[in-house]
Amino acid sequence: MDLLWTEDDERFRTELRAWIDQALPKLPPATKREDWDARRARDTTWQRMLYDAGYAGINWPADFGGRGAALSEQLVFYEEITKAGAPDVGVNFVGLLHAGPTIIAEATDEQRARHLPAILKGEEVWCQGFSEPSAGSDLASLRCRAVRDGDDYVISGQKIWTSFAQVSDYCELLVRTDPDAPKHKGITWLILPMDAPGVDVRPLRTVIGSSEFSELYLDDVRVPVANRVGAENDGWRVAMVTFSFERGTSLVSEMVEARRQLDELVKVAKVVTRGSATAWDDVGLRREIGHAAAELDALWNMVKRTVSEAARTGVPGVGASVVKLYYTELIQRIGDLALRVLDRASLSLDDVFEHSGHFVEERLRVLALTIAAGSSQIQRNIIGERILGLPR
Amino acid sequence: MDFTLTDDQVALQEGVRKLCEGRFPMERVRALADPGGVDRDLWRELADAGVFSLRLAEADGGAGLGTAEGALVFEELGRALVPGPLVWTHLAAGLVPGAAEGERVVGGLQRQEEPFLVEYPDAIDVLLAVDDDGLWEVDRSRLSARPVSWPLDPLTPAHVAGGLLRGERRGVPGDAARWRLEGAVLTGAYLLGMAAALTDMSVTYAKERQQFDKPIGSFQAIKHILADMFVRTEVARAAVYAAAVNLDEPALGPPGRAVAGAKLLAGEAATLNGKAATQVHGGMGFTWEVDVHLYLKRAWVLDTTFGTADDHADAVAGLLGS
Repeated sequence: MDLLWTEDDERFRTELRAWIDQALPKLPPATKREDWDARRARDTTWQRMLYDAGYAGINWPADFGGRGAALSEQLVFYEEITKAGAPDVGVNFVGLLHAGPTIIAEATDEQRARHLPAILKGEEVWCQGFSEPSAGSDLASLRCRAVRDGDDYVISGQKIWTSFAQVSDYCELLVRTDPDAPKHKGITWLILPMDAPGVDVRPLRTVIGSSEFSELYLDDVRVPVANRVGAENDGWRVAMVTFSFERGTSLVSEMVEARRQLDELVKVAKVVTRGSATAWDDVGLRREIGHAAAELDALWNMVKRTVSEAARTGVPGVGASVVKLYYTELIQRIGDLALRVLDRASLSLDDVFEHSGHFVEERLRVLALTIAAGSSQIQRNIIGERILGLPR
Repeated sequence: MDFTLTDDQVALQEGVRKLCEGRFPMERVRALADPGGVDRDLWRELADAGVFSLRLAEADGGAGLGTAEGALVFEELGRALVPGPLVWTHLAAGLVPGAAEGERVVGGLQRQEEPFLVEYPDAIDVLLAVDDDGLWEVDRSRLSARPVSWPLDPLTPAHVAGGLLRGERRGVPGDAARWRLEGAVLTGAYLLGMAAALTDMSVTYAKERQQFDKPIGSFQAIKHILADMFVRTEVARAAVYAAAVNLDEPALGPPGRAVAGAKLLAGEAATLNGKAATQVHGGMGFTWEVDVHLYLKRAWVLDTTFGTADDHADAVAGLLGS
């Protein structure tokens, strides 16, 4: 067991840090949350900068234009990007972490050549059309129908929780191609161009008031059969490839940011006064913050263990589900602590004092984390059945 | 960075597990209540296996290994619930003659832990006290003590001492600080092994026990309890191993925060898993016959040694605030 970074890792860190220091000031400042065109422009500009510097697709194999970085370098990458306050994947999320890896694993050479370089350069933005109003945790029961008509599929149905749909060029779409087969056996994975006639994007309003998710209404949308990834009716397996990526490294940036936020919270607690004392003088509150910090430390080490195991064995170990379940519940408890520290200042999403509004917004945002990408209850089923071998 | 076990570490872990399975099956562990928690022959076998001398330099008769290896060994001892003042005797190896060889059994306590409950009073040859000023050997013949007729944990017999004399100096304040860190990590490792054993026991039971014509482990209400037991054990494992590595590797920075987190999370994993295991075992979990209560009781005992959960949460908070 060795927790020291290797010389290679440290050299990578130094180079990356130097690059970020000079690159970040060239990026236009963050835009208003709901200005989606501006957000796309900023996120894709950053992606292009990463590409030109050789950092794009940090987790993608070099054969497909990625960095092909060792897993430990990927950790260093997310650590440094987040610490520097550089943009996270943003609107490139689905392209870089879902669709791209799936195309690498399952698509034809032609499809790869068409999409992978464009995703890496920030020229193509992708969204995900998986969930449906009646297919959430039971995703395989999805109903969005695709009927073969010559060289096209004709698609009708509805999708939901499609992030960044309003600025996307393509959608990774799961459709039902065989309604008579068992539910896992009649699904197909398609590349849907978002400008196809019959695609209607209707933004959803979340509890934060934000609109990063949309509903997608598809009405006789024609998609060429050439846009299919994998075989017809084999889409469930193709989609599972995506999930293993989703549960691998997608929380790493979150976690680095959470550690920073907790330090920030301590600073706030030391200046917020209650009568003659500060919030930090409250022994009970302070103890709970210490407890949460210990848990975050442990989870970060758990990530290192998971990454080390994956590097050694080539397959992601049991760690990913454990980290997802524990982290998402922990970050909500940390959010509760933030509200307790802020006390009445938590009534405002505007800053009552420095950054106070951000903590309130975060408390709302993290409500989604125990639901998205496999709810906590689904994670417990997975752990119980696949790791502990309990009967279904 | 490679936070997986080396081949040597895996071999060590497997060796100790095999030793514990062979020499400390649960019926023998239970029987150790009679001789006061320690059987001298078995104790010497532990010594021969290197449990106490593991971290001593090879020139001093040890194996020259680190805290990481110590943690792996203590995890296995905890899994098997091996009783006795294992951590104290391990810490005392090299300081108290005969400790490393298993010839003398060394117990101990923290001087601020009033009232003074001396564990394994009939088994120990030497009693050490740790305080901010250092390590002290207390003359037990001058100690007024009243036996506890009914200890919480039947495998942790105790005396209540009327007061604690200063004793003879055995170490300076720096030694005491180091013992507290190492003791917390090794106790945490032991608790980690207990937490894992409790998960295993409960999973096995939930697969066998049938109600409503199905194994109870098929019910989500039970399955989710078991998933949580597994998850908190694995998170505690990451904390304990990281703290042990941190103690061995000064370049990783001061170990205080990692050690506090490790003892805190391992103690919680063992106590919470003990309670969850009782629940999963249903009525059987409330019987003397099923082993779960022995684990839960030991978890409660160990949660009071080398710092409580609250102490460690406060310690982490203190380091956050600095």
